[in-house]
Amino acid sequence: MWDLMVQVFPYAIAFTVPLLITALGGLFSERSGVVNIGLEGLMVVGFFSSALAIAELEVFIPDSAVWVGLLVALIAGALFSLLHAFACINLNANQVISGTAINMIAGALTVYLARNITGSGNIHIIHGMVRRNIPGLSQLPILGKLFFTQTYATTWLVLGILLVSWFILYKTAFGLRLRACGEHPQAADSAGINVYRIRYLAVMISGAFAGLGGAIILVTYSGEFNGSVAGLGFLALAALIFGQWKPLGILGATFFFGFASTIANVSQVIPALAKIPGILLKNFPYLVTLIVLVIFSKSSQAPRASGEPYDKGKR
Amino acid sequence: MKINQECAVALIAVLLGLLAGALLMVLAGNNPFQGYLYLLQGGLMNAERIGNTLATATPLILTGLSVAFAFKTGLFNIGAAGQMLIGGLAATAVGLTLDLPKLILLPLVVLAATLGGAIWGLVPGFLKARFNVHEVVATIMMNWIAYWTVYYIIPGYFKGAYLETESRKILDAASLKVDWLTNLFNGSYINLGFFLAIIAVWVIAFLLNRTVSGYELKAVGFNRHASEYAGINAERNIILSMMLAGALAGLGGAVFYVGYASNMQIGVMPTQGFDGIAVSLLGLNSPWGVLASALFFGMLHSGKGFMNAMTRIPPEIADTIIATIIYFSAAAVLIERLWEKVIKGKKESVNALEINQDETNERIGGAR
Repeated sequence: MWDLMVQVFPYAIAFTVPLLITALGGLFSERSGVVNIGLEGLMVVGFFSSALAIAELEVFIPDSAVWVGLLVALIAGALFSLLHAFACINLNANQVISGTAINMIAGALTVYLARNITGSGNIHIIHGMVRRNIPGLSQLPILGKLFFTQTYATTWLVLGILLVSWFILYKTAFGLRLRACGEHPQAADSAGINVYRIRYLAVMISGAFAGLGGAIILVTYSGEFNGSVAGLGFLALAALIFGQWKPLGILGATFFFGFASTIANVSQVIPALAKIPGILLKNFPYLVTLIVLVIFSKSSQAPRASGEPYDKGKR
Repeated sequence: MKINQECAVALIAVLLGLLAGALLMVLAGNNPFQGYLYLLQGGLMNAERIGNTLATATPLILTGLSVAFAFKTGLFNIGAAGQMLIGGLAATAVGLTLDLPKLILLPLVVLAATLGGAIWGLVPGFLKARFNVHEVVATIMMNWIAYWTVYYIIPGYFKGAYLETESRKILDAASLKVDWLTNLFNGSYINLGFFLAIIAVWVIAFLLNRTVSGYELKAVGFNRHASEYAGINAERNIILSMMLAGALAGLGGAVFYVGYASNMQIGVMPTQGFDGIAVSLLGLNSPWGVLASALFFGMLHSGKGFMNAMTRIPPEIADTIIATIIYFSAAAVLIERLWEKVIKGKKESVNALEINQDETNERIGGAR
C-alpha cells in the first residue's frame, strides 16, 4: 500500500496542480461577481500559446523556453479573458452564454491556427519541465518521499501563488474590495470602489491563471497541444464549488479530485485498485459536487452577486 | 417592431460571425469569397449534400429546441450534450440488445433515448426545484457524469468488433436510416430523425403558445414567486420543464447516434450540445426560429469538409464562426447600441439604449 502511494503520488500532484491554479483563477472571478465557465477555453488558450511559444523558442534557448512559454500562456489567457470581461461588465451580457462562447471560440480558434501552422493541428514540444528532488527535504521520512521527490518547479510556483492569493483576498484592501464587489456591488460602489475596474482585474486574473493551468498541463504531463484539455476547466469549476469559494477549500478539493482521477487512470495496471470500478472514480468529483450543492443549498458560501451584471441604478 | 429589431440583431450577429470567419481566412492567406463559395457548394451543391446538410442539422434542431424550451421557461439547459449522450447510450443499448422487427424496435429505440434524456434532465430540474441548486452547475456536472458513464459502459457491455473505443454497429432494424430516404438523396446520411425533429418543433411551438401548461411553464420562467402566488405549482413546472428539455436532447442523441452515425464512440463530448445554445440564441428561442438557425448551422458544418478539400482552409473555421455568433448574440447590447446610433442618431439613442438594455435583460434574464 505504501509503495502504491509513493508510486501514485507524483502523478496525482501533477494532475492536481493545473486544476488548482485554474480553480484559483475562477475564485478571483467569482468572488468579484463574474461567473466564469469559460475556464476550460481559457486553459486551451494557455495550452496552445505556450506550445507555440516553446516550439518556436526551444531551438534557441532550450533551457528557459519552458518558462517563457508559461509567461506567454499567462499573458494570452489574460488577454483572451478580456472578451469575457467586456461582454459581462460593459455589455451586461448573460455571463453563462459569454463563458460558453469563450469555450467554443478557444476550442475552435486554437485548432484552426494550429492547423495553419503545423498541418495536423497538434503542436509537439521536446523540452518539458524536468522532475527534481528537493535537496535536503526529500530525505525526510514519509513526507520526503511523498511531497519532495520527483517534483516539478511549477508545483511550487502554484503553491506560492495559492499563498499569495489567500493573502491578497483576505489581508489586503484590494481583496476586501474584490469580495465586496461579489457580495454587494452597489454597496461597494457607494463606498467609492470602482466595481467595473475591480471586476475587469478579477476576470483578467482568472484568465491568466487558467492560461497558466493550460501551460502547466503542456510542460508537465502532456508534451503536446492537441486542442482540448478534456474537461479539466469544468472540473476546476466543480472544485471551486466543492471548496466553497475559499482558497484552502479549493486546495483540498482539487487534491481530492486529482487523486481520484489518477487512481481511476492507473487502476487498470495496479491490481489492488482494479477492484474499484473506474466509472465510480471518474464520476466521483461530479457526484460529490452535486451532493455538496444540495447540502449547502441553505447555507451556500457562494458570492451573493455572482452572475449578476452590475447595474448602478439597482438597489 | 420589437420582433423585427431582434431579428435584425440576430442577422447582424450572423454577419459579424461570417466577417470574423472571413478575417481568419485572410489571415491564413486564403480568399474568403472563394472559401464561402465552397462552403455553400459543399452544403447545397447536389441532392446528396442537401441530404447531408439536413442530417447534420437534425440533432442541432433538437438540442437547439431543448435549450430554447428551457430558456422560455426561465432555465438554462447547458446539459444538452450529456442528455444527448445518455439518449444515445439508451438507444444503442436497446438497439443492440433487443432482436425485434424494425416496426417495433425503432419506436422502442427512440422512446428509450427520449426517456434517457428526460431522466438526465429530471435530476437538475429536481435539484433546482427542491434545493434551489443552480441548473447551470448541475447540468455541467451531469454532462461529465454522462461522459464518463458512456466511457465505461460502451467498452464494458457493447464493445465493437475491432476497437475498444466504440460500440458495435447497430443493425438496420434499429437505425433511423431507411433505404427509400437514403436513395432519394443519393446515399446521404439523412434519416427519419429529420421528420421527428420537425414534429418536435411543431409540438413544442404548440405546447408553448397554445396550451395552459405552456402558459404556466412560461409564467414560472418569468417570475417563480408571482406564478406561485397565482396558484401555479412552480416546483412541478420546473421539473417538468427540465425533463422535457432533456427528452428533446435525448431524442437528439437518438437521431445522431442511431441515425446519422451507426455506432457510439467513447471519449467524445458531442459538440451539438453546445451548438444547441447558439442555435437557440440565433433562433430567438422560438421553435421555428430554432429550425431555421439549425439548418443554417447544419449547412456550415456539412459544407466545411468540401471547403477544406478545395482550399486548405481548416474545417474548424465553421466552429469558429458559430462560436463568434454566440458571442455576439450574448453581447447583443453592443449591436443594439450600434443599431440605435445608425438608425436614430446620437441624441435619441441614449434613451433608447436604456430601454433596450431592459429588453435585453428581460430576454436573457429569464435564463438566470
